[in-house]
Amino acid sequence: MSFLNHLINGFSLGSVYAIIALGYTMVYGIAKMLNFAHGDVIMVGAFAVFISMTSMGASALLSLIIAMAVCTALGVLIEKVAYRPLRNASSSLAVLITAIGVSYLLQNLALLIFGADSKSFTSIVDLKAVKLFDGQVSISGTAIVTITACIVIMIGLTLFVNKTKAGQAMKAVSEDKGAAQLMGINVNATISLTFAIGSALAAVAGALMCSAYPNLTPYSGTMPGIKAFVAAVFGGIGSIPGAMIGGLLIGIIENIGKAYISSQMADAIVFAILVVVLLIKPTGILGKNIQEKV
Amino acid sequence: MKKLSKSTKNSLINYGMVIALYAIVMIIQLCGGLSNSMKGFLVPVCIYVIMAVSLNLVVGILGELSLGHAGFMCIGAYTGAIFSKLTEDTITVAPIRFTIAIIIGAAFAALFGALIGIPVLRLKGDYLAIVTLAFGEIIKNLVNVINFGVDSNGLHFSLKSAMDMGLAEDGKIIIKGAQGISGTPQDSNFTVGIVLVLITLFIVQNLVNSRDGRAIMAIRDNRIAAESVGINITKYKLMVFTISAALAGAAGVLYSHNFSTLTSAGDKFNYNASIMILVYVVLGGIGNIRGSVIAAVILYILPEKLRFLSDYRMLVYAIVLIVVMLFNWSPKAKEFKETVSYKIKAMFAKKEETQA
Repeated sequence: MSFLNHLINGFSLGSVYAIIALGYTMVYGIAKMLNFAHGDVIMVGAFAVFISMTSMGASALLSLIIAMAVCTALGVLIEKVAYRPLRNASSSLAVLITAIGVSYLLQNLALLIFGADSKSFTSIVDLKAVKLFDGQVSISGTAIVTITACIVIMIGLTLFVNKTKAGQAMKAVSEDKGAAQLMGINVNATISLTFAIGSALAAVAGALMCSAYPNLTPYSGTMPGIKAFVAAVFGGIGSIPGAMIGGLLIGIIENIGKAYISSQMADAIVFAILVVVLLIKPTGILGKNIQEKV
Repeated sequence: MKKLSKSTKNSLINYGMVIALYAIVMIIQLCGGLSNSMKGFLVPVCIYVIMAVSLNLVVGILGELSLGHAGFMCIGAYTGAIFSKLTEDTITVAPIRFTIAIIIGAAFAALFGALIGIPVLRLKGDYLAIVTLAFGEIIKNLVNVINFGVDSNGLHFSLKSAMDMGLAEDGKIIIKGAQGISGTPQDSNFTVGIVLVLITLFIVQNLVNSRDGRAIMAIRDNRIAAESVGINITKYKLMVFTISAALAGAAGVLYSHNFSTLTSAGDKFNYNASIMILVYVVLGGIGNIRGSVIAAVILYILPEKLRFLSDYRMLVYAIVLIVVMLFNWSPKAKEFKETVSYKIKAMFAKKEETQA
């Protein structure tokens, strides 16, 4: 039965990775850049929830909304100030390094404001654990909310991208920026919208992550950010269902590996499986194979 | 005197620059003008110059993004330190032992570089970046849990704990899990570092200016066209990864022999370190070897020199990084710089006219 427990915990962790990976994958799909600062936006979101809950005494839901607003504004601001001027730069590495600079900036700002000591985060979820099989298997309230949130977000995003005008515009911009502009799509606004959605999701992920693992430091976002990036690549970067599958798989592998093989080696196992998957399928599980033209 | 080609001249300027730097530092040191904290920088600066130049070979010359360069350094650091510990009693002449350690560290790193080179042949762009990142993290994770010892029966490994190796009583523990290797002979010094930097420059510059180097750059600029004129892509990609890894391995050996204790804790060998080296390469100019050298020296010392800003230090560093990137790479900033340089030139031209 403990296997089932580990599996459920893995599912819950994987759902957090999946939500973060959705942000990565959307931004990558549209701006063709690895947003290294995404992990730090998660941290900012978690701090926003923490501050509004402890210092301002806001309710969990209100704090979450505040955090989403803060992160949305931050995401759009980062894109506008740091990434947009480099969109047509001659090397795609330029924007990558700038993203790393933004990541350092957010971490060190948080370090100055909140200090390096870890804050104990109060869970935003107030649900009792569900016990199954005479209490042998227990699913925490946070896990239930996390998994539900992940599924809802995934369905919502898929509908948004496929059914709404703004979503169609996103697809068009990610296919071909120039052609989209000629069709009357406001490319800048579409990219801003993508960053806004990705960052709002990061806030949700940050709040859920810290509800499950209640230690919050300025560096809390880094490792989940990297793992989610791995998840996005794992599932095929640019693909929304791929990010979900990748996130869940990484979460489950990590938890099972921790429980049955070695807790110190869990990360190595995750990365090793990633390498093997990419060797077999170089564009990830759901990635499209694009034919190269001369 | 024979007329030198442009590339030879460039290479010679680079050697001269490094030697001049060495001479200046040595003179300051003789006059006693070098503070203790600056002395501590000398070897790490050499290490990061080697790292930056060797990464530039992959990123700038081959055109592939690698985020796991510190992993090769880690392999070199550990294998070199293990060798030195094993032969500490048998090879007593430090320079010979250290030379062999560097060769062994470089060889092991090269082996892994070739291993990593294999997925490189199938993957492109960001997928390759993530595999190199994964590789660096795996290495860091593995050296963190490995236990390694030696006794009269031979070598012993364990992934669990030092006790599990079952060493005989005369055994010696070399790597003790997360505590790493301690008591490595401190053979590194600034002179060895500078010599290694010069060797690195020699290897990289000669490669870049050779027929092979031109083939590699052809692959970078247009893979399909290069393939169609008969360039063996597999061979050249593997070659670049192996050479770059070997140089990083040598830098790692230098690193592990600079301090008596070597662990994988902190940011030394993880993706943060790899990214830091990538920052040196990009800020120095992608594909520009001299730029890598200068950027590595300045950017390694800059955060340390900003210490007077105390808590604001890394914040300032981050802002400097963003602003420099925007100023150097944004198409608008480039336009602005061109206009300014044109205006300045026009001003001087006018002055000359009035003088005439």
